[in-house]
Amino acid sequence: MTPALHSPLGACLTLLALWGLIGLAGLLRPRSLRFVGRTLFPLGALCGAALAALALASLGAPAQRAVLPIGLPDLPVHLRLDALSGVFLFLLGSASAGISVFAAGYFRRGHGTSAGLLCLQYHLFLASMGLVLLADDAYSFMVAWETMALSSYFLVTTQHALPEIRRAGFLYLVIAHIGAIAILLAFGVMQGGSWQFTFDAMRGARLSPQWAAVAFLLALFGFGAKAGLVPMHVWLPEAHPAAPSPVSALMSGVMLKTAVYGALRVTFDLLGETQWWWGVVAVSVGLFTALYGVVFAATQTDMKRLLAYSSIENLGIIFTGFGLAIVFRAAGMAGLSALALIAVLYHCLNHAFMKSLLFVGTGAVLHSTGERNLGRLGGLIHRMPWVAWLTLIGALALAGLPPLNGFVSEWLLLQAFLFAHQVPQTFVNMLLPMGAALVVLAAALAAYVMVKFYGVVFLGQPREAGLARAHDAGVLERLGLVWLALGCVALGLFPTQVVTALRRVVKQLAAVDLPDPTAPWWLLEPLPGRQASYSALVFFVAMSAVVLFTIVGVRLFYHRRVRRSAAWDCGFARLDARMQDTAEGFGQPIRHIFAPFFALRRELPSPFDRAPRYRVVITDRIWQRLYEPLGPLVQRGADALAWLQQGRIATYLLYSFVTLVALLAVVL
Amino acid sequence: MRAIGILTQLVELLAALAAAPLFVGWVNQCRAWLQNRTAPSIWLPYRGIRKLFYKDAVIADNASSLFRLTPYIVFGAMVVAAGIIPSMGTRLPLSPAADAIALVGLLATARVFMSLAAMDVGTAFGTLGARREMMVGFLAEPALLMVIFVASLISSTTALPAITQHLATQTLGLYPSLAFTAVAFTMVLLAENARIPVDNPATHLELTMIHEATLLEYSARHLALMEWAAALKLFNYACIGFALFIPWGVSTAQGGPAALLASIPVLAVKLAAAGALLALLETVSAKLRVFRAPEFLGTAFLFAVLGLLVHLLLGA
Repeated sequence: MTPALHSPLGACLTLLALWGLIGLAGLLRPRSLRFVGRTLFPLGALCGAALAALALASLGAPAQRAVLPIGLPDLPVHLRLDALSGVFLFLLGSASAGISVFAAGYFRRGHGTSAGLLCLQYHLFLASMGLVLLADDAYSFMVAWETMALSSYFLVTTQHALPEIRRAGFLYLVIAHIGAIAILLAFGVMQGGSWQFTFDAMRGARLSPQWAAVAFLLALFGFGAKAGLVPMHVWLPEAHPAAPSPVSALMSGVMLKTAVYGALRVTFDLLGETQWWWGVVAVSVGLFTALYGVVFAATQTDMKRLLAYSSIENLGIIFTGFGLAIVFRAAGMAGLSALALIAVLYHCLNHAFMKSLLFVGTGAVLHSTGERNLGRLGGLIHRMPWVAWLTLIGALALAGLPPLNGFVSEWLLLQAFLFAHQVPQTFVNMLLPMGAALVVLAAALAAYVMVKFYGVVFLGQPREAGLARAHDAGVLERLGLVWLALGCVALGLFPTQVVTALRRVVKQLAAVDLPDPTAPWWLLEPLPGRQASYSALVFFVAMSAVVLFTIVGVRLFYHRRVRRSAAWDCGFARLDARMQDTAEGFGQPIRHIFAPFFALRRELPSPFDRAPRYRVVITDRIWQRLYEPLGPLVQRGADALAWLQQGRIATYLLYSFVTLVALLAVVL
Repeated sequence: MRAIGILTQLVELLAALAAAPLFVGWVNQCRAWLQNRTAPSIWLPYRGIRKLFYKDAVIADNASSLFRLTPYIVFGAMVVAAGIIPSMGTRLPLSPAADAIALVGLLATARVFMSLAAMDVGTAFGTLGARREMMVGFLAEPALLMVIFVASLISSTTALPAITQHLATQTLGLYPSLAFTAVAFTMVLLAENARIPVDNPATHLELTMIHEATLLEYSARHLALMEWAAALKLFNYACIGFALFIPWGVSTAQGGPAALLASIPVLAVKLAAAGALLALLETVSAKLRVFRAPEFLGTAFLFAVLGLLVHLLLGA
């Protein structure tokens, strides 16, 4: 049953294959930046845009299946395009289109991996993410999943000459594989004794509640490792700064969402029956992750690490919504469950756009200044106005401010939280509003982080003399930034349309739905009768009207005289750029308030120091408490097993023989 | 009926714009009386704003257009907020566009822009002010939302006019949860409006200032708008408090023009009382060190959470 080329599934596959071909074409002239950058990457972006359009068009259609007879004998590749795949394919296509256009201008001088090879890895990464979303059996899912992990590993280690980058890549690879093992085991549990690894068989398998719970927890662990849930988050802040900026954008904006896709697919589609306490587990992990991520983001001094921690926070919020949806669904509250799921999907889309925008924005800054350290940046709004103003949109969106997109999904999630007080489990009833408080705290802290990020990088005075030579982004880079910024604005201003589209997804996925809206098209009222509504458009128009009216009024009635002068220095005539808050300074209140989160090492200068130095090193307690003891433990285990390794072929043959006999004994 | 709504909206906006500086003047006057000082004229804030509008704007060399745009955005945010809060009537055509959560978002937008503008010039005070303003903000915002959550759980809606409508029109019920949240709200109001004990609007002392440090580089019309916006913010917060805790006297969905007219003196009385209370609170408390502000706001948050727990346990 091969899909027809003109069916949406066939067209999707064609586009994914095209991505692969574009990647291979990069090998034709691997050193030619003109060919790879100016031709192949824009073509890849076009494929992405086409994929997004296709996915959007097929969103309402019933699921389509196909079986491709490739791969191992008797193990054909099962594919399926349903609404859930559709919405994530849309995310992949639309976000990657902007990132690819940016990347077309970004990869200039080849250092490390050659441009052609990079192009192959990049497009293979895109295609494998697409396949993850389309796979309909465990084999092809795992193959695509591993291709995704490996291609992104190679992308992370583009600058493999640097030892810390190899280290970051290795950490990423290890955690990706621990996660993959858990996912594999989850599939093993879910086949339920039928030994059929198609997703259809898993949908049909009736698992006992215990085994279903085991499968869920394994999947949560496995996908959580990819999503960066605490304590498996450690790879994110290492891998994101190591990778080139468009790759960081893809990983953070898109790849992390495949983990969300996996968790949704397994929980709502394959397992089907959900138990309420799974949701409590997911909500707790999600909330802790959100708070942990944002607190660490506030104290970072490297802009890409800061954004990486902020991604951890956002994924935490997404998994909070995911857990909430499970709790509501188990309690039979379909409307609220649908609301929480819509908030999850909405936030995935939002995060894909806003975080990609910020990552490519930092890429432009990095290119122009060669600096990732916040302490050596500043004042770039004068030198790079395009990047600065477009990044501002992303920063405001990520800060969760209306009328941009970040606010809408948080609003939906809070609505779901607020009406959570009718859950049958009393203690869940009590705890969920506290969860809302933590979500709000995380959101408010995200605003703090974004003010720090934006203020230190783009505002103020340049902290280094070299910044005066910074130049604005090129045309293609600007185009990519504009595309992503427009995505943020559109998702923010038209929430009703997005929610209508997402309703189809949750209906098909979890058989839950919102009640039909009674409000007009410009008013978002997810639960009619609750009288909770929001209209970004009216909001935006009212705000712009007042602002314009004020500007015109002030100019009309008063005057527009402006004089430029030196900044007010309070009579101390030696103010300079070093006296602005650094990133460390801006993070100080957070270090103070959330002290228990950090392992803090500080060197304070004494009054008698000739060359006073202030140093503060913040490390992750989880790294020390969990991972550092884990290393010696593994080592000890390996030492204990080392006596098996005798180094003589005869001994090894004996082992094989004994194993064979033991297996025969079991089978016979 | 629709005309009444539009009328209410307009009257509310104009009243907020006109009365906000007066409210600040009234608070200052009360405070002067309580502190045995000769009180300044109640009209002083108007004169200040008028004077500033006529001055030449001086802008630091390093300021970008973000710096010049911010006063308008902050002012616009406060005006729109005044249009959402049911200070006189609950039938506001603008209010479906933004519920209480969006209102908090709107206030956050103003705060973020103000902090960004403070960082724009790149002076030590500006960044210090931005950092402290955001610190107070991220602590106060959750507390404020928890306060709103309790009220919205009671009336099962997050739309502020609907909450007010519900609380104002039901038969008188006692809500212990609202008592806790009222305390929390008062603390948030003090912190968010740069009042003692978190900040002191009357000084420019480097070590303690928060709000004023963010305004240090502004002059003339920009400063006038910022001052006006600050007055509007105080006014808005007072009106949010009225909407949640003393909603009686607003013109509700059934009310006609007469009810709207009657709600004006009621609002005036509420504002006068609130202003006097605010002055009293500011007089009897001492300014906290900046590092104590988290504890203060943490207490506010705790009160709000207690209110929520009380509501969930007692159902009231």
